[in-house]
Amino acid sequence: MTTSCDVLIQGGGGAGCSAALHMAQRGLRVVLLERGLVGGQASGVNYGGVRQQGRHPAELPIARRSREIWGRLKELIGTDAEFEVTGHLKLARDEAEEAELIAYLDVAKAYDLPLRMIGRNAIHQEYAWLGPKVVAGSFAPEDGSANPRLLVPALARAARAAGADIREHAEVVEHAHDGTRFHLRTSGGDSFAAPVLLNMAGFWGGALAARFGEPVPVVPLSPNMAVTEPVRYFIEPNLGVVGGNVYLRQIRRGNVIIGGGHGESDPAVPWSRPLPEVTLQTLRRAVELVPALAGVNIIRSWSGIDGKMPDRIPVIGPSRTTPGLFHAFGFSGHGFQLGPGIGAIMAELVLDGRTDIPLDAFRIDRFLETAA
Amino acid sequence: MRVAVVGAGPAGVRAVEALVAAGLTPVWIDEAPDGGGRIYQRPPPGLLRDPGKLYGFEAGPATALHAALDALKPRTDWRPETLVWHLRPGAQRLSTLHRGRQAELAYDAAILCTGAMDRVIPIPGWTWPGVTTLGAAQIALKTQGCGIGRRVVFLGTGPLLWLVAYQYAKAGAQVAAVLDTTPFATKAMAAPGLLRGGTTFAKGLYYTAWLRARGVRIAEGITPLAIEGTAHGVTGVAWRDSAGRTHHVDCDATGMGWGLKPEAQLADLAAVPFRFDAQQHNWVPQRDAAGRTPVPGIYLAGDGAGIGGAEVAEIAGARAALALLEDSGHRVDAAQVTRLDARLARQARFRTALERAFPFPAALARAMADDTILCRCEGLRAGELRAAARAEAATGPAPEVNRAKAFTRVGMGRCQGRICGAAAAEILAAELGRDVAEVGRLRGQPPVKPIPIAPAAEAA
Repeated sequence: MTTSCDVLIQGGGGAGCSAALHMAQRGLRVVLLERGLVGGQASGVNYGGVRQQGRHPAELPIARRSREIWGRLKELIGTDAEFEVTGHLKLARDEAEEAELIAYLDVAKAYDLPLRMIGRNAIHQEYAWLGPKVVAGSFAPEDGSANPRLLVPALARAARAAGADIREHAEVVEHAHDGTRFHLRTSGGDSFAAPVLLNMAGFWGGALAARFGEPVPVVPLSPNMAVTEPVRYFIEPNLGVVGGNVYLRQIRRGNVIIGGGHGESDPAVPWSRPLPEVTLQTLRRAVELVPALAGVNIIRSWSGIDGKMPDRIPVIGPSRTTPGLFHAFGFSGHGFQLGPGIGAIMAELVLDGRTDIPLDAFRIDRFLETAA
Repeated sequence: MRVAVVGAGPAGVRAVEALVAAGLTPVWIDEAPDGGGRIYQRPPPGLLRDPGKLYGFEAGPATALHAALDALKPRTDWRPETLVWHLRPGAQRLSTLHRGRQAELAYDAAILCTGAMDRVIPIPGWTWPGVTTLGAAQIALKTQGCGIGRRVVFLGTGPLLWLVAYQYAKAGAQVAAVLDTTPFATKAMAAPGLLRGGTTFAKGLYYTAWLRARGVRIAEGITPLAIEGTAHGVTGVAWRDSAGRTHHVDCDATGMGWGLKPEAQLADLAAVPFRFDAQQHNWVPQRDAAGRTPVPGIYLAGDGAGIGGAEVAEIAGARAALALLEDSGHRVDAAQVTRLDARLARQARFRTALERAFPFPAALARAMADDTILCRCEGLRAGELRAAARAEAATGPAPEVNRAKAFTRVGMGRCQGRICGAAAAEILAAELGRDVAEVGRLRGQPPVKPIPIAPAAEAA
């Protein structure tokens, strides 16, 4: 028996579950198919940064839109997923990095993103625990962090409550399009049909796009994450650096979450793990930023699988080959903050045929042009 | 061929012995300063105690194992005080930490002899200072020559309960009570099978009789109610007997444990599949009778591969080494293999009886009160885990333990659920109305044990 609906979504990450929620709220019959558990990969295992500062300018309108949703998450999905507005402090470790921070101030201004530059003297006065290698920083007061383990399951639960049919352990093994409707079949033998299909399958979105004649150069990306034992709370802002090779934040209960570099993965299983040498290299960078971390124990490390595009920005928008197919995947390691907003934007694309957010930079055929 | 043996307890020593006899020079890694495993852990240099006093009936095997260990060390790449905190099966590399120094080690084959630890059921008051596991109470006595308290209650079930109580009493500590959650009748019914264990069973009877003869308070088939105490330490233990009467005894320390569970984190990181062993009531890594796993180059022996005790571990260590040698094209003595296999089979039958005699009291874990601290690393109470299993939870119901971990932090702390994992699975299974095997096991992540962040100065 085939289940018919208005919209099929493949992929139960933050973006997919948010899309299911927003479309169900507007009355569409939505079925979301997730191979594992919702939020099992990139959306659930990432660093938890809710960051606008430092993003590619094309992403900033989405990030602004998403940040507005983050601010009212509790009323939307029943939990704030431990979202806390701690500010995000991006650090420079030499003059070249400092110049990059200064250059970004103009970008932030153009997109109304509050951002404050902190110079050489002030930064060590404001944050006495920073190491001597830090020469400057820029502070984004609206940014913060949240708990990735809680966000997506809560989005899925809210979507269900709004009427969406969220199916876990439902791997799609067959895709077809008859000219007007998509026909999907899962490994469990269930069939689904709808005039609209959203490809929100992260790294695996590449294979789905290729299935409809739109191959893209997406590769797996595995964050290399670690967490310390709880220690006295002293690092309030979410910390990053120019270049992004280390980032860390402390949660109120004391644990410090540290990321940087990439682990190893096999998307076919799927399986992913941090790499020990990457973990140790990241810890060396972290202790340079915050020397007081020396001697603190790492108690756990982990990874997951995201999709990375060559230009480090996602694919978002309608298919160029198949009417009714929309893509949103390849968030390249920084999709957690964007997820809630992407869902709202996809709902607009499907229901209104348009959105105020400029999406041209994310079109799927951009790689064809550069190749030609 | 580069062979690594992790662990220098009974399994590790006999594995290395067989490898060295075949002309190999394995890398041999152990966390302790001088090997011996938990059961035959050696005191630090300078603490001179007679092996008979330290190990009791086990003095013979302990002395023999230590002699083998000392003779083998110079014939291997011996690395004591070294933690293997990660293992990458694809790259065939171990990540090790020795006195703050990190090292990567390549291997072609590895025998993991990682041992066991106590299985714990949290009860009210178990986080007071002065509460240890039975194993920890025993190690304090064996390696430091000191007890966990002056007046001690031992609580739980299994052979170790009676052994540790005996050892404490013998060493001069006051044993205030031995409280066994297993009824006497359960043990009596398993007695015919236990007789196959020969001396092991006889020793168990001896400890019990010895304690009784000295007037030590003994209660069987009890339900622990609480370990009483203050922030300064334990003050007593309360329990309910099989007739429903409550009792109390004063003490200043409590050792507790309900059998053992494999320390199988490295096998987990090595991607060895696990199965739930209903008899042991433990998740154990998959291996054949010789110790081969489905992961090429990874062999398992000893309690880390499923609880069997020290005697079995010695046989299994030798057997796994022979399997490794055979698989890598060495000639092995077929008669020796047959002999070892026969001894392993005999021991397995005894083990079945032992598990029947001291079954894991899953009902005790399942009945844990909502306000009892379940996960002490994260300060999580049993009721919080139960709430996460319910459909009305903000995140939706947690259908298995790793999802429950994501939602509640259970097993997310320093020990990664090594302490609370077994009880957490029981609680979740009960709440979901499922069999405990269906809610899964907490997946291990590197590092196997906490590793410190090195100071920045070392990088400069």
